[in-house]
Amino acid sequence: MEKIPILRMGQFLLVTIQVDLYDQLAENLESDLINMVKKTNAKGVLIDVSSVSIIDSFMGRILGNIATMSKIMDADTVVVGMQPAVAITLVELGLPLKGVHTALNVEKGMELLKSKILPGEEYQEEDDDHADSTE
Amino acid sequence: MTITPIVLNKDSIVITKEQDVVPFRNRVKEYAVKIGMSLVNQTKLITGASELVRNMLKYAKGGVVKIEVLSRGRENGIRLIFEDKGPGIPDINKAMTDGFSTGRSMGLGLPGTKRLMNEFDIKSQVGEGTIVTVVKWKNG
Repeated sequence: MEKIPILRMGQFLLVTIQVDLYDQLAENLESDLINMVKKTNAKGVLIDVSSVSIIDSFMGRILGNIATMSKIMDADTVVVGMQPAVAITLVELGLPLKGVHTALNVEKGMELLKSKILPGEEYQEEDDDHADSTE
Repeated sequence: MTITPIVLNKDSIVITKEQDVVPFRNRVKEYAVKIGMSLVNQTKLITGASELVRNMLKYAKGGVVKIEVLSRGRENGIRLIFEDKGPGIPDINKAMTDGFSTGRSMGLGLPGTKRLMNEFDIKSQVGEGTIVTVVKWKNG
């Protein structure tokens, strides 16, 4: 049976969806990912949808589910690389993917995930702001 | 005054299982590309088609989709007719409301699809089946 590969990269899981998913495949991906989060103690999940040409309400719901489920398992999810036409369609369909973090590409998505699991960097930023205001 | 569009090409696809959905979407895409539909409109058409075909599978265990290439003056478009012999929809107004679903989904399928298309028509007879007709114009 077909399967979407899930790659492990340090504390993150990386999924690149390169085929148009039918429903069963998407549902399998959802459960596989959550099991992998548990198995690998992953702190973040990055889903690359740059080669997905359509996301309908079912696929949108799966993405939302993955984000919510992995949050419960203490992992953040970032969806990256969405095509503009897909974003336009999702919003008109009435599915703005609330609660799912997004980034423009894999690189920015990785940065976002890193900033989420390394709170040190966030503090750094706050310190910078302070420095600015006192000067 | 509306001009009745001319049907340039007819095709039909039988949908009986989930695995039929992806080839069906590709077929719709082929026609949309052939008439030079923009990428955004293609995406809207295929996403809407995907919603409707899922409804057909879920509630009626499949059906037949007719794909027609339309011409109206200088404008071309695609018409999709989804015909099933399922249980029918008792209350169409309710089914067209955002967030209403008798299944476990989010209830965006019908109202969302209507927003994505240029024309949308639904006829249903309880116990007989449902026919959904949608049109997306190339520049619509």
